[in-house]
Amino acid sequence: MSVMTAIADAPLTCQGLGLCLGGRDVLQGIDLSVLPGETLGVVGPNGSGKSTLLKLLAGLRTPSSGSVRLLGEALERMPRRHVAQRLALVEQQADTLDAISVYDAVALGRTPWLSALAPFGNDDRAIVEQALADADASHLRRRLWGELSGGERQRVHIARALAQRPQVLLLDEPTNHLDIQHQLGLLRQVQALPVTTLVALHDLNQALTCDRLAVLDQGRLVALGKPEAVLTPERLLGTFGVRGHYLVDPYDGARVLRFRA
Amino acid sequence: MSRLLPISLFALLALCLAMLAGIAIGETRVGAEAIWQVLANQLWQAGHAVDPIDAGIVWNYRLPRTLVAAACGAGLATCGVILQALLRNPLAEPYLLGLSAGASTGAVAVGLFGLGGAVLSLSAGAFIGALAAFALVLLLSRASGSRHDNAQVILAGIAGSQLFNALTAFLITKSATAEQARGILFWLLGNLSGVRWPSVWLAVPVALFGLAICLWQRRALDAFTFGADSAASLGVPVRRTQLLLISCAALVTAVMVSIVGAIGFVGLVIPHALRLLLGPGHSRLLPASALGGALFLIVADILSRTLITGQVIPVGVVTALIGAPVFALILISRRGRP
Repeated sequence: MSVMTAIADAPLTCQGLGLCLGGRDVLQGIDLSVLPGETLGVVGPNGSGKSTLLKLLAGLRTPSSGSVRLLGEALERMPRRHVAQRLALVEQQADTLDAISVYDAVALGRTPWLSALAPFGNDDRAIVEQALADADASHLRRRLWGELSGGERQRVHIARALAQRPQVLLLDEPTNHLDIQHQLGLLRQVQALPVTTLVALHDLNQALTCDRLAVLDQGRLVALGKPEAVLTPERLLGTFGVRGHYLVDPYDGARVLRFRA
Repeated sequence: MSRLLPISLFALLALCLAMLAGIAIGETRVGAEAIWQVLANQLWQAGHAVDPIDAGIVWNYRLPRTLVAAACGAGLATCGVILQALLRNPLAEPYLLGLSAGASTGAVAVGLFGLGGAVLSLSAGAFIGALAAFALVLLLSRASGSRHDNAQVILAGIAGSQLFNALTAFLITKSATAEQARGILFWLLGNLSGVRWPSVWLAVPVALFGLAICLWQRRALDAFTFGADSAASLGVPVRRTQLLLISCAALVTAVMVSIVGAIGFVGLVIPHALRLLLGPGHSRLLPASALGGALFLIVADILSRTLITGQVIPVGVVTALIGAPVFALILISRRGRP
């Protein structure tokens, strides 16, 4: 498949995307295509616009310039329900004071598929069970939200997004609250799912496992490509302000990044 | 789902029993049999021989009064559920957010000046007042910073309530006769005494309409559990839903206030208690809150007629005596949480 047809089939694309808040360009001129089935990582220092980009791509904020296309349709002309049937977003730190059970929180993911009169059916229950299993949260189903740890909450959010049965999944720093086992497991699980994924990541070594990486710096897209081609020592110094070089792990031959201040 | 029928029947039975008590208890006690005969005579000309005084008390006074109490309680509790879900604030309630105060001002303005002439009814005036108060409270809480802060919205609500109560007092002092002023002040405290059949035909449909709208939107209300952004990413058109449901809450509050005055805390106590029992899901919480609110206000009305012999306490005083301690309990139980 040539690059041009791949872009034409891209489930999620944006062109010239920008957001201006209070006279400041939070995001500017972003051109991006997420290819079918790939896991595209978005990295950048704090405040580089990663979360904002995800919100614009999910249609939660209206861009000041540019446009987003989801599965070939212009996002701003799609009803919210149609967007939610195709795209799911896992935000950072979505919290509640309600004593909602894990099962019910994940069942919220069926909202875009249920009309006012439709009952919550067996199909919906099966999808919720599958989502719980995929996010390794089945054993939590009866627990209440207030009793969960940060990492468990994150997995419930991911399960809810999976219960939407999206074709495109947006994850905003999903591994933030997770312990090391779940950090490693989660990205692998997400990459194994038959969905196109765009994931904002903080940990650059985790980012190396993505199919491609987009690097944001002060609201601009400064690099896009294979992880090792993008995260060069020059880029690490210029964008992230750290010296870094690659080491080869003698255990499995994988290349890992090592940083110095 | 299989439990829906027995639960509904039980709920209906509880409501009927409460209404029976509401009709029977008062300065003059009326027996259950006499009540049944009066209702049978009125509804299908059964032709029982009944005391005409009993008949008058049951049919013209206590039955409409109890029906309106039930409708108001159900309506106000439903409003509480809506506001708590949309503002994600367990303390949100029409009275505390100033909706009731705004509605009072609107109703008094229309009542005293005939503002808007025949076009604008008391309820319409109250509706405009309630919307104005809510807009003010939202603007104030946004201007003061974080709109997700529990305390901020309630503080804004207090400011709004005070302002609109002052406006109401100003209007009364400026324009009402002494006789009018006494009547209005008694009504403002929440009062079911003057309720007759025409009020029933307004209160009951509005309460049912409000409940129906909310049940239709129950999944959207559930989707607000993790905030407005989360609701939007679950496919809820957030702005449109907020506008619809808040207008609905303002309308229901306004109609209830225009009939019985500002009755506080029903929308706080009932949803809060039922959320502890049933959990936060709106498909159960909404009908349960409507029923609980109806029962609560019927009982509060009975208490208001019987606590002091020969005197009627405004029903708003009774609900506040119960509601204010509950408000305090919620405050204490949320200590240390954001």
